[in-house]
Amino acid sequence: MTILFDGIASGMLLFLISVGLSVTLGLMNFVNLAHGAFAMVGGYVCVTLLNQLGVPFLLSLPLAGLLTALVGVIFERTLYRRLYSATHLDQVLFSIGLVFMSMATAHYFFGPQQQPLTLPDFLRGQIKLPGLDMGVYRLFLIVLSLAIAFGLQRMVSGTRFGAQLRASVDNPRAARGVGINVERIFTLTFALGSGLAGLGGALGVEMLGLDPGFPVKYLVYFLIVVAVGGSGSITGSLVASLVLGVVDVVGKYYVPQVGAFVIYAVMVVMLVLRPQGLFGRRAAH
Amino acid sequence: MQIKKSKVWLAALGACALSLAASAAEPLKIGLVLPMSGPFASYGKQIEHGARLYLQQSGGTFSGRKVELIIKDDTGVAPEISKRAAQELVVKDKVHVLGGFGLTPSAFAAAPIATESHTPMIVMNAATSSITTKSDYILRVSHTLPQVTAPVATWAAKNKIKKVYTLVADYGPGHDAEAQFKKTFTAAGGEIVGEVRTPVKSPDFAPFLQKIKDARPEAVFLFVPPGEQTIAFIKGFVERDLAKAGIRIIATGDLTSEDVLDGVGDNALGIVNSFHYSEAHNSPENKTFVQAYYKAYPKDRPNFMAVSGYDGMQLIAKTLEKTGGDASGDKFMAAAKGLGWTSPRGPISIDPVTRDIVQTIYIRKVEKVAGKLQNVEFEQTANFRDPGKP
Amino acid sequence: MSLPTIDLSPLKRADRWQPAELAFWFLPVLAYFVFPENLVLLSQIAIMALFCLSLDLILGYAGIVSLGHAAFFGVGAYAAGLLASQGFGDPLMGLLVAALVSAVLGFVCSFLVLRGTDLTRLMVTLGVAMMLYEVANKLTFITGGVDGLQGIEMKPILGQFRFDLYGKTAYWYVLVILFSLFWVARKLVHSPFGLSLKGIRLNVGRMPAIGAPVNARLSAVYTIGAAYAGVAGALLAQTTQFVALDVLSFNRSAELMLILVLGGSGRLYGALVGTIVFMTAHHLLSDINPEYWQFWLGALLVLIVLFARDGVMGGLQRLMKRLSRNKVEAAQ
Repeated sequence: MTILFDGIASGMLLFLISVGLSVTLGLMNFVNLAHGAFAMVGGYVCVTLLNQLGVPFLLSLPLAGLLTALVGVIFERTLYRRLYSATHLDQVLFSIGLVFMSMATAHYFFGPQQQPLTLPDFLRGQIKLPGLDMGVYRLFLIVLSLAIAFGLQRMVSGTRFGAQLRASVDNPRAARGVGINVERIFTLTFALGSGLAGLGGALGVEMLGLDPGFPVKYLVYFLIVVAVGGSGSITGSLVASLVLGVVDVVGKYYVPQVGAFVIYAVMVVMLVLRPQGLFGRRAAH
Repeated sequence: MQIKKSKVWLAALGACALSLAASAAEPLKIGLVLPMSGPFASYGKQIEHGARLYLQQSGGTFSGRKVELIIKDDTGVAPEISKRAAQELVVKDKVHVLGGFGLTPSAFAAAPIATESHTPMIVMNAATSSITTKSDYILRVSHTLPQVTAPVATWAAKNKIKKVYTLVADYGPGHDAEAQFKKTFTAAGGEIVGEVRTPVKSPDFAPFLQKIKDARPEAVFLFVPPGEQTIAFIKGFVERDLAKAGIRIIATGDLTSEDVLDGVGDNALGIVNSFHYSEAHNSPENKTFVQAYYKAYPKDRPNFMAVSGYDGMQLIAKTLEKTGGDASGDKFMAAAKGLGWTSPRGPISIDPVTRDIVQTIYIRKVEKVAGKLQNVEFEQTANFRDPGKP
Repeated sequence: MSLPTIDLSPLKRADRWQPAELAFWFLPVLAYFVFPENLVLLSQIAIMALFCLSLDLILGYAGIVSLGHAAFFGVGAYAAGLLASQGFGDPLMGLLVAALVSAVLGFVCSFLVLRGTDLTRLMVTLGVAMMLYEVANKLTFITGGVDGLQGIEMKPILGQFRFDLYGKTAYWYVLVILFSLFWVARKLVHSPFGLSLKGIRLNVGRMPAIGAPVNARLSAVYTIGAAYAGVAGALLAQTTQFVALDVLSFNRSAELMLILVLGGSGRLYGALVGTIVFMTAHHLLSDINPEYWQFWLGALLVLIVLFARDGVMGGLQRLMKRLSRNKVEAAQ
């Protein structure tokens, strides 16, 4: 049972970091492989706030998210906006260029080693129930991810902003025609996506570590979640992350000899059976 | 008149001798192939620090020859770049000695260059036993994996640890560590109650920690790539109360190396490990080294890679003292074999037959000394050769 | 009733060698004399160029995006490496075996990339390559695992030309293979087969309507692309006498795609130019700044995308158009 819990927690962390990519890729149709770099920014901000400035952990997290969102806005206005009409391949080239630059910058300012992070006491240890040991931090992750997933889903389908966003993505010209400020919507969405990435990165430091290589180390995992879940679907990302997290952890426990293999095999099978992802939607352009 | 003529001849001879001496003091070019960027950039940085520190302390000259240090990045993950860098250093920059090599594949790929060009190649980190057999021009000043694994296995068997669960990363070095540990431990009467190989890119140790908890050994022998994996494992270990259940962690010193130790934090206290260098090593040479290191690089802690860089340069310097400044391949190799001196880590020497490092391996425990986490040595095996050689 | 004849003259016209192309192929010969101490770098550039060419065939011409092309590169490298380490060190035989093995793997995998969006194909190819990586890592007793495959002893090419320290033999060997395979690829893309690939990439729905068997064509080009990649891998194994596990890595596939996009896909020369620009930039920047060269390389990529869409070749094409337009205007 503990293994299942661990798998769920693992999946939830994956969800938190990947959901932002699902947002920018699916909703804005921009292949932003620099997503991991934004997560890294969030991680470094959180670590600096915590270690250098003594800001308490629970405050560092949202601050990391907000500051990363701000960075996202700056980059969107200056650079990303010029490439919305570019081919996907050019977007890949661009975002990888940003990744290289971000990794070297992190290396320059923070050095190549791991950043230490000590959790506050109330988030450490385990809660023991019969047959199930729950790590407190993992529980915290699960609760937080569910809250965010719920909030995002409500926002996209239930609010005016969400409606405007969906309109802008489905048909920018018509959206402008009814008076929606498409440029501003895109900026806000990008900020949201990068802010989520930053928050995910900050939350992930405890379990994934933090060093300048972060953006490329976990890029593959984000891509897997978005592809299997179907880009643009928040529910899809959630389900895909859960499935992948559980399969990965359970696989490693019962058949460690083929541990790493399992996650790729599952992904390939799922994509061959359902190429558009579990909840994939096709945006009309 | 004859005397005057001979005086002229003497003067001329003297001038010739002087100019010969001047040309013999040609600069000594040393080329280091190191991972300066990429996932292993910390290796390159530390080795470079150590090397430059020694150079600085020797005033930049070895045996009257000015030293030119050229450093080339091989990213650590593409051995063809290591080979290319080594070839360029030899053919284009015309280095007299090659050095560095943070990872085993880099050393393997560059070995033929050393052989074909008769250039001495000093390995400063790559730890697979068979590296020194790949070329007659290879010398190693760092360590080999079996060399630092066997002693902790012996210690465990002698100290009432009978049942051990091994957990290693599923790649070459992990397999080697597991094999050596099993060999030494079972030969000394211990029992391996379980073994598991974790995927190299393992962000989550949860399932493996659970397996260990279920098996209830007396200790876990751990070998994973130093860095975030070590931190993650040890954090999880403490979090899941495996430590409270009385299970100990034993490992090689890579895992509690000074640059990683602070990242692991207090969770590392009590880990027993075997290794060849500790910042806390109590010797005059080490005190000088550590002081000079902090002065030159105040933000970093000296660790075994820095010492390898330092000792690699010291090897070159001492060999040149022996050959009188001559760095030609075969003369260098002949003089280097059997050379020994006291390094900051303790007494070391180069085995004259295998050209590999012979050194003291210490058993250490992680403790807090003056508010800082250190590996405190409490036992040692002197003159320990690499047991991985046939 | 006689069958309608197809006018192939436009294709034949396009197939004629332009003076710029001849000039381009003179450069490597020149480079041999101008950079005699950098031949190892130049050989590795040529090998990557061949690898990139193989990706251009499937991505630039047939529109199959792949983040796992290193699978075929790696398989070819291990095939040639294992053959040589077992005593069959003839270089050309190694290439042939590598090409065959990768072609078979390519054919089998081609069925996985027939359907799906770009993202699906990216991830499926990635997944296959990652699984192969894990397999190679597990079979350490065959592949050498992370430590790499050693013991590769190459016999002289055609019994005559030994692989030397300066890399002279290796350079000419790689160059000849590159040019030969390039020539074949060029013929291929200027043929009806090549045109059908373009059609598939641009409008796959229409193709069956004009009688083109889409899946068969895609499988065919994927197999050819895989074979080319396998040869490139074999060349690397033979010229470095070493095979590291990273030949199958994600980094290699990703870097390859990067290089192709940089050069401009769909033009064959884009693959070659992109490789030269990228690897030369990496080399020069790395010598200047071994620790932080990545920053400058990243900046270069960003600048190129911002100012030259469709890669270097795309930018060059636009420049040529503008220059010829100016000429025409000036003439009037």
